Amino acid sequence: MASLKDLKLRINSVKSTQKITKAMKMVAASKLRRAQEAAEAARPYAASMEQVLASLSAGITLTEDMPKLLTGTGRDDVHLLVVATAERGLCGGFNASIVRLARQRIQALLAEGKTVKILCVGRKGRDALRRDHAKLIIDTIEVTGGIRKQGFPIAGRIADRLFALYEAGEFDVATVFYAQFKSAIAQFPTAQQIIPAALPEGDAGGPDLKGAIFTFEPGEEELLEALLPRNVAVQIYRALLENAASEEGSRMSAMDNATRNAGDMINRLTLTYNRTRQAAITKELIEIISGAEAL
Amino acid sequence: MADKVHFELVSPERRLFSADVEMVVVPGEEGDFAVLPDHAPFVALLRPGVVEVQEAGKISARLFVRSGFAQVTPAGLTVLAEEAIDLASTTRAVLSEKLAEAEANLAAAADDAQRIRADSEVSAIRQVMDVA
Repeated sequence: MASLKDLKLRINSVKSTQKITKAMKMVAASKLRRAQEAAEAARPYAASMEQVLASLSAGITLTEDMPKLLTGTGRDDVHLLVVATAERGLCGGFNASIVRLARQRIQALLAEGKTVKILCVGRKGRDALRRDHAKLIIDTIEVTGGIRKQGFPIAGRIADRLFALYEAGEFDVATVFYAQFKSAIAQFPTAQQIIPAALPEGDAGGPDLKGAIFTFEPGEEELLEALLPRNVAVQIYRALLENAASEEGSRMSAMDNATRNAGDMINRLTLTYNRTRQAAITKELIEIISGAEAL
Repeated sequence: MADKVHFELVSPERRLFSADVEMVVVPGEEGDFAVLPDHAPFVALLRPGVVEVQEAGKISARLFVRSGFAQVTPAGLTVLAEEAIDLASTTRAVLSEKLAEAEANLAAAADDAQRIRADSEVSAIRQVMDVA
């Protein structure tokens, strides 16, 4: 049986843990709001981009000399997985769920005899994947300070990196893994193919085109060539923003749970503490009374 | 005929401008073009430059854009800029920072295509700074 002093210390330590988790929850909540706004602010851009690309690609037929970003290399042998995770832990199942999805994909691809390469964005994903796929990881890009601080340029840098690898024939298909943000308590790990571009069907482009025939300046192919790389950067940027919002959402609910668990633990410990204290008092009383009776 | 054209300027970070205006002058890669109501559907690449919004015959807003593209649909004009700055709310300091960045890009340009891009960016920012 723990002594009264031990119990008191224990209660105090759980209390200070609870204060920390509570503070982390508050911080995550305010960060979540900003991250969510950022993710929502990025949507019109990505949506318009997709719409234009869809109307562009609907108007032309695929030929051999088309940009490779659209047509692909014609092979399907080497897959590059861009695994976007957080820089920090303590955010519930966020990192784990993305890594789990990536790992499933890796195993499926390896079983089919494909070559897999991994590009980690964020430290946590690398730490988790290094355990059993260390040889497949080609590099890690760290997003220090969070995507909101880094802004769009970092997505551009990741995209440039991908193009360089693509040009060098290092991979055929690139897929980005991230957690799609639904709400503070629901985030879905998602895999999205970004190279070659997976475009929506021509008609799904937008509601207000009214069958319009566009004039393109410069020509359609030059435009496609200029827009496709930009689209990749935008998709990466969107994935990173969604990820940032998901991370904070996940952290918020994880910290909320932790705070509640700490509260339960404090209640239980306080109960034990009081019982022990009363038992000690009762024991002393019994000793005094029986001592008096013996006289 | 509608006498206003709906104009939206979005960057990856946020939507900078959204309103019904009279006319917008956009710096296209192959020359500036103005968008009035009922413009034909049109998609164009942009060069670094200034988008001018006109209201009642006067320029009501000027926004610097760094590469991107414009799309004119029956619903209006959408400019997707990789980077955009509202010139009404920036200071010279921000612009000189951008200028330094662009000049560094120009110095570091590896091939002609990059050099041309960086050069047009430098001259566009210089032009903006002269009038701002």
